Amino acid sequence: MITIEQRAEFRKHFRNNISSRQAMDKIVKGIVFGCVALAIIPLGSILLEVVRQGAPALSTDFLTQEPGAIGSDQPGGIGPAIQGTLMLIGMSSLVGVPVGVLGGIFLSEYGNNRYGNTIRFFNDVLAEFPTIVIGLFAFIAIVLTFGSFSIIAGTFALSIIMLPIITRTTEESLKLVPVTYREAGYALGIKRWTVITRILLTSAKSGLVTGIMLSVARIAGETAPLIFTILGSDNFFMAFDQPMDALPLRIWRLSLLPYDSATMQGWGAALVLILIVLTLNIGVRYLFLRKRGGGRFRITAGG
Amino acid sequence: MEVEDLESQQVDKMETITKVPTAPKSAEDPRYKLIAENIVASYNGIQAVKGVNMKFRERAVTALIGPSGCGKTTFLRCLNRMHELSKNAQVTGKVLLDGQDLYSNKEDAIIHRRKIGMVFQKPNPFPTMSIYDNVAAGLKLNGVKDRKIVDQIVQGCLEMASLWNEVKNDLKKPGMSLSGGQQQRLCIARALAIQPEVLLMDEPASALDPIATQKIEEMINELKKEYTIIIVTHNMQQAVRVSDYTGFMYLGDLVEFGETKQIFENPRNEITAKYVQGQFG
Repeated sequence: MITIEQRAEFRKHFRNNISSRQAMDKIVKGIVFGCVALAIIPLGSILLEVVRQGAPALSTDFLTQEPGAIGSDQPGGIGPAIQGTLMLIGMSSLVGVPVGVLGGIFLSEYGNNRYGNTIRFFNDVLAEFPTIVIGLFAFIAIVLTFGSFSIIAGTFALSIIMLPIITRTTEESLKLVPVTYREAGYALGIKRWTVITRILLTSAKSGLVTGIMLSVARIAGETAPLIFTILGSDNFFMAFDQPMDALPLRIWRLSLLPYDSATMQGWGAALVLILIVLTLNIGVRYLFLRKRGGGRFRITAGG
Repeated sequence: MEVEDLESQQVDKMETITKVPTAPKSAEDPRYKLIAENIVASYNGIQAVKGVNMKFRERAVTALIGPSGCGKTTFLRCLNRMHELSKNAQVTGKVLLDGQDLYSNKEDAIIHRRKIGMVFQKPNPFPTMSIYDNVAAGLKLNGVKDRKIVDQIVQGCLEMASLWNEVKNDLKKPGMSLSGGQQQRLCIARALAIQPEVLLMDEPASALDPIATQKIEEMINELKKEYTIIIVTHNMQQAVRVSDYTGFMYLGDLVEFGETKQIFENPRNEITAKYVQGQFG
């Protein structure tokens, strides 16, 4: 037992320096806000600069036309690049999202063993992999095998880049769902797979969507792997086994040209790329995460 | 007698079950809904339940009491095969539901859990679902597609859980928007919706205020006409109020099991006596 004397002694050890504590509180607060500002300044200035330089380039022709002759009066547009980027995002997501989400489900729900740990380790390694190496891999595996640069090879490379990001975020957000929801589901006699898809995935939805959008933003801006896979082109989509253009590639090419019109187009293309990623992000969030009526997500029969 | 039998055969099956008692309720021939035989449950090799045998009477409330850590919740979770879902958990023994061993076949755990509903200590409505969908979850996710049936069951179960009048105009609101006591009654309605025969309750009122507790106790009294209820509780007055039979557990063993009145008024075991008198706990 603690005696009254001891208690009095213990109390003396607490510090009563309220004013210095408040000062410390202010200092830490200041540092935190300072760091936020430091992070926002580059972001803001990049955005501002891109809008300032890129906005004048925007026009209907710029968005829809094929590129014109280099350095001529008619510089044309970046239509094929926009089309290519949208197709690449769509096709890569078609492969990367289902595989990544299922992989995340495996790691979170069935991966508490040596297999799971091994896969988790290699998944993390893959996430850190230089994307140019993945591009080279796609070049050897697809381009050399089938004999042509193609959007298929680009999709192959980009879905490999997407995969580990989605897998990891899916696993993490599923693990955050409290065990009580799982138990409630199992106690109702619901099958494990149904509990996972209908209860856990809906509870983890926002994390999942964030992960997918992160990976989409990541691949939308990838340039290096595209050089090895889709090569670039001045034409709209022709066939799945033909070279294709994409915005990052186009920006890179335009930036190398010694003409002012090309530089301006490059800024314009950068602005378009940022707008595409932003629109996709906001659109997907609105579609999947908005609150409907009172209940957030209605469940439907079946499954 | 014979005329009556013929008549009862003609009415449909549901009515026979509800109107004619399947077995006479006499002291000599009690009907046991659930029988636990030699249940040993452990976490990481440490035994939490050490060979418990218990028989639960049909349409009666059995309370499990005992100090914290005595294994009552673990034992309860063995009765619907929930314990084995925990990490590093093992169970041995038999649980017979109407004579059928729950542990005989691994695949059947799902079907068994539909017959044995469970209410947890902390209210745990599904966070992404509305009040309606929470109650309907066990139906819809188990393949019930007829909307009329679902509507009927949702209303009926909310009424049984005495929550209907409070939420009937807000069925679309999130289940999480309710108060703690309402959430717990929502969880009870959800457990009742899958039409179980046995209801396991793990300290269902421990997080609730006296009024919400009283509502739940009244509900248990109503439900026992139809269900076999097993309730874990820390509150001995609650055990006295709601249960017909009480089992006292201590350090993983079932120390004494008998009629509630006898356990509390005339315990045969010294430890039981000390516990029910509040000398430790």
